[in-house]
Amino acid sequence: MFDWLLLLEWVAKSGILLFILLTGFAYTTFYERKLAARIQVRQGPNRTGPGGWLQPAADGVKLIFKEELIPASAYKFVFILAPILTVLPALVIMAVVPWGPTINFFGRNIPLHIADVNVAILYILSVASISVYGIVLAGWSSNNKYAMMGGLRSSAQMLSYEIALGLSFVGPMLIAGSMSLNDIVEAQRGLWFIFLQPLGAFIFYVAMLAEVNRAPFDMPEAEQELTAGYHTEYSGMKFALFFMGEYIKMIAVSAIFAALFLGGYRGPFVDQWPLLGPVYLLIKIIASLGLMIWIRATLPRLRYDRLMAFGWKTLLPLSLLNVFVTAVVIVLLEL
Amino acid sequence: MTLDLVLFFALAAVAVGAALGMLFSRNAVYSALFLILNFATIAVFFLLLGAPFIAMAQVTVYAGAIMVLFLFVIMLLGAEQTQGRHRGGWQRPLAGLLTIALIVESVYLIFVRSDLVILIQPAASDYGSPQALGELLFTDFLLPFEVTSVLLLAAMVGVIVLTKEDKKKQS
Repeated sequence: MFDWLLLLEWVAKSGILLFILLTGFAYTTFYERKLAARIQVRQGPNRTGPGGWLQPAADGVKLIFKEELIPASAYKFVFILAPILTVLPALVIMAVVPWGPTINFFGRNIPLHIADVNVAILYILSVASISVYGIVLAGWSSNNKYAMMGGLRSSAQMLSYEIALGLSFVGPMLIAGSMSLNDIVEAQRGLWFIFLQPLGAFIFYVAMLAEVNRAPFDMPEAEQELTAGYHTEYSGMKFALFFMGEYIKMIAVSAIFAALFLGGYRGPFVDQWPLLGPVYLLIKIIASLGLMIWIRATLPRLRYDRLMAFGWKTLLPLSLLNVFVTAVVIVLLEL
Repeated sequence: MTLDLVLFFALAAVAVGAALGMLFSRNAVYSALFLILNFATIAVFFLLLGAPFIAMAQVTVYAGAIMVLFLFVIMLLGAEQTQGRHRGGWQRPLAGLLTIALIVESVYLIFVRSDLVILIQPAASDYGSPQALGELLFTDFLLPFEVTSVLLLAAMVGVIVLTKEDKKKQS
């Protein structure tokens, strides 16, 4: 009646994905510190363990044992809820991203993705639109003007860039003729979409940097104006949760970028050895993360009004143009 | 079937509870949060009915975009606390009347009209899929679709014109 093995398969896959994301979060912070240090001709963390490789573990232990403060005038329930709401969307967004073709495991065909839904792209958009709440509520519930300003800025920023982000999905969607990420990855068997959609890929990358509040769009936490923005009042593990949210989102959007424009898990010999799929995806994610860190280490932060003007006056018209041209070319070539 | 029913009633309890919470919260931000919860529950209802496209649209548009704007305005104006109890004069009896009318209508529709059974029949398998929805929008509902788009465009132009005027006067 009910396939218990299927349930076990789902639980196992979700568990593996969560484990990879949480470890990935710890080592993305390490990657960022090391790479940014190299770019700025420094050493980076190199004392904890061989070559500093145990630094994330040391950071984790330190954060767990830190004292957690809740401001007396904070709205306590929302104050505690906000970090959770920040991490949750980052974790669930990966559910629709395929990490490999179907593999054969003890005579059982196991597709290497958690859910292959036909509205995957809409799912990503809706989870992205939900993820702004964590930051807004953190800013409001702290009852602190810097935190509040950070929260408001981030909500305005994310709303503005969400439109360009949504429109940049349309290109790959039109070419593949499907909203399922699995179909989009399969459609890139011959040619990666970054070559067919260079403008779309650029818009997606920029909008995604703004969505995850990375430099040069890290307005909500601009130190010199807002102390630390929305997480000014947070300490200990709750503070760590915000960073966990940010870094896991970096990994997730890199995976989505890879699936949409870089051919996802596809690469040479994947059809013969399906287990190569996750390896290729990992390489692409690491490359994309490296680019993000590179951008952060080299570009200064945009001024707030410039940021909004760039989003509405440059990025949005460009993405509309991209959708228009893509649609016209597809109609001309196929009809 | 029974699992569906259990899920339905649990979700319905959450939806009604969230709606009541929205009405009775003293703090406007909490009201907005309850409304978000309500919208999210409705999205799950759509998922339960096998219409993932509408569910995702519900989350993206209502829970995501519109409610963020609501929260934004509430926070920007600092209007979290509703001042005292607003006794709405003539609105109260009217609200009562309308509520009774709504209840009578729904009871009549559910218990008296029997042709509603049509609604309970299971939908086609591709019901609510992006393809089916797109085809319907561009064939049967082309006119309403285009009219809506013109209306939205007019609203957009109107907003831009209004905010521009304001800026000129200030400088």
